[in-house]
Amino acid sequence: MKLSFSPEDEKFREEIASWLKANLSGEFEQLKFRGGPGDEHMFPEERKQWEQKLAEGKWTCVGWPKEHGGRGLPIEQQVIFFEEYARAGAPGRVGHIGEGLAGPTIIAFGSDKQKQKYLPGIVAGTELWCQGYSEPGAGSDLANVKTKARFDESKGKWIINGQKVWTSLAHESDYCFVIARTDPDSKAHKGLGFFLIKMDQPGVTVRPIEQITGTSEFNEVFFDDAECDADDIVGEPGDGWKVAMGLLGYERGVSTLGQQMAFKNELDQVVALAKENGAANDPVMRQRIADLYLRLKIMRFNSMRMLSDSAGDGSLQKEALIYKLYWATWHRDLGELAVDVQGETGQVLEAEPYELTRLQSLYLFVRSDTIYGGTNEIQRNIIAERGLGMPKEPKW
Amino acid sequence: MDFVFTEEQQMIRDTAESFLAEVSTSEAVRKAMVLSAGFDEALWQKICADMYWQAIHIPEEFGGMGLGYVELTAMMEQMGRYLLCAPFYSTVCLGVNTLLLAANEEQKAEYLAAICEGRLTATLAYCGVRGGRNAEDISATYSQQGDDFVLEGECGFVVDGLTAGLLLVAAREKGSSGESGISLFAVPADTAGVSRSNLPVLDQTRKMASVRLESVKLAQSNLLGAAGQAWPVLDNVLDLATIALAAEQVGGSQQLLDSAVEYSKERVQFNRPIASFQAIKHKAADMMLRVEAARSAVYYAACVADETLQGGELAGELKEAASIAKAYCSDAYFKNAGEAMQIHGGVGFTWEYDVHLYFKRAKASEHMLGNAAYHRERVAHVILD
Repeated sequence: MKLSFSPEDEKFREEIASWLKANLSGEFEQLKFRGGPGDEHMFPEERKQWEQKLAEGKWTCVGWPKEHGGRGLPIEQQVIFFEEYARAGAPGRVGHIGEGLAGPTIIAFGSDKQKQKYLPGIVAGTELWCQGYSEPGAGSDLANVKTKARFDESKGKWIINGQKVWTSLAHESDYCFVIARTDPDSKAHKGLGFFLIKMDQPGVTVRPIEQITGTSEFNEVFFDDAECDADDIVGEPGDGWKVAMGLLGYERGVSTLGQQMAFKNELDQVVALAKENGAANDPVMRQRIADLYLRLKIMRFNSMRMLSDSAGDGSLQKEALIYKLYWATWHRDLGELAVDVQGETGQVLEAEPYELTRLQSLYLFVRSDTIYGGTNEIQRNIIAERGLGMPKEPKW
Repeated sequence: MDFVFTEEQQMIRDTAESFLAEVSTSEAVRKAMVLSAGFDEALWQKICADMYWQAIHIPEEFGGMGLGYVELTAMMEQMGRYLLCAPFYSTVCLGVNTLLLAANEEQKAEYLAAICEGRLTATLAYCGVRGGRNAEDISATYSQQGDDFVLEGECGFVVDGLTAGLLLVAAREKGSSGESGISLFAVPADTAGVSRSNLPVLDQTRKMASVRLESVKLAQSNLLGAAGQAWPVLDNVLDLATIALAAEQVGGSQQLLDSAVEYSKERVQFNRPIASFQAIKHKAADMMLRVEAARSAVYYAACVADETLQGGELAGELKEAASIAKAYCSDAYFKNAGEAMQIHGGVGFTWEYDVHLYFKRAKASEHMLGNAAYHRERVAHVILD
């Protein structure tokens, strides 16, 4: 067991840190620490420009294989990249769904044609993606997808009908990857297909969802006879669930350490505030702050274990199984602390009619963390069933 | 970065597990815990002779195995899991660490060799009868008379204090206060003026004693390190012991999870195993989360402890790593104990089932070397003051 990075890794750390220092300036200066959770609606245009700036420096898709336009970085250096990115306060990535989800799926399951068509735009930071999984009737029960895909022989295209929900960045995106039912008589995870759908077409309508924050980062997406080329189904009709679940392994990975660096930035703000307003002298607040601090440290140690431990075969270890539940709960607790530490003044808005302070926004937004991507309750089911071998609920 | 056990470390862990599964059964623990010594001397001698665990991190030059703290904590985790009743924690985590950090070469040669040979057990007596983890809690005093030292006072909560052959005693110079004036002494238990009595405690699996010191006369050769300046060293010893204790807490937490899950799969109510109820599954999932997070905290702390003993760059993090581990593991162990008892239902409340042994050990361990709130405050002090 050893904790240090190699000199080569440290050299890489300097390289990315100095690139960020030099480039996160001028017009991009205003993006520092922006666009994270709860702030994702801010500066969309500027953040798209930033994607391309990153691409110029070859800093998108750093973990992808070189043959697909990535840097093929080893795990340690990917970790360093995400850490330094967050440490520098570089903005929330509008390209993260393409880079982290769509791209890896296409690399793993897509055809050569799909790879040629879609990967370069993701690497260049010019084409953005969104994820079409959840539906009004398919939340925790994700396999209960009702959106239909019918192959129209005369057009030679798939015709998509249905509704997706909680689609972040849909209004900014060029493409959406969608699971839809290719076999209308099928149930649950059978008979699904995985489609790559162009957003800019008459059959696709995007409607923002107004959240408890009063802002909108998520959307509803309606498909009314939307079209999808015959070549744009990943895998075969019926493979959709397998392809979609193949992504889950990518969702918990090296970016977790970058996420934690962003968490650290948030916690630092709360700590600074507590020192300033005297909350740091309150014994109860001291306990809560220390608790959040040490649980964040443990989150990091746990990730280091997770990354060292992963056999690279996608098999999830126990420390990986707990990760979502752990970080979502931590973040929710941080949100509460962020407001509590301010006492009554924490209730005062930034401005009328309903402009929130950054910390109020955090306090509200973190409530979504324990819901999306598998609620805490679903996470507990997964942990109990996969991690502890406890039986599933009886069907009824 | 390679934050997993090496093959050798994994082997040490596995060996400990299979050995303890055989010798530290529920029956063996229950036999040992009612002995006044609190352990079976024959088993301890077997551990010393066959396993050589007492020598695990003693350097080879003194006859030890020369392994690191990662190996030590890997074993402690298993000992916690099987509730091993033996003077290992006292001798190795308190005694050997004190000697490694505070003793001169001559003293090390004498005492460490005896420990390696299984001839000597040791423990640390530092706080007064009211317990505590701070310098202010050291209440035994010493005064210098010519070349000699004379110790007076009473030490409380001395782990295995009734049986240890060597008492490493922290005492303060008469009239001193706070962190100054503290010295460490190696006091053979049969020294004139030393008397010991059992301190009956809730957790029967780890024995505590009170040690009275009445005009205990010691020579310069009994003094460990420079007179009056022992606090920083003792502070580090306590942090090292804290990390080992946290590892033990992880083992206990794991065992509680395993036994609760196993029981829930067998126990049928409403025509289904109770393990199929989400109310039970969610408790178990939270228990697993706590165990895994606690384990991550301990692995990190173990790496820090390793570097502290070997002079690596992480040594500066000892205090924080120990506090993070102890704060989290204390809560994890006790919460898991409570949940395990709840999942076991009625039988969890019986003397026959082992849950109560862990439930009691969890609370006892929580309060040893500073409870969770104490360690969170120590962290708060660093980040807020």
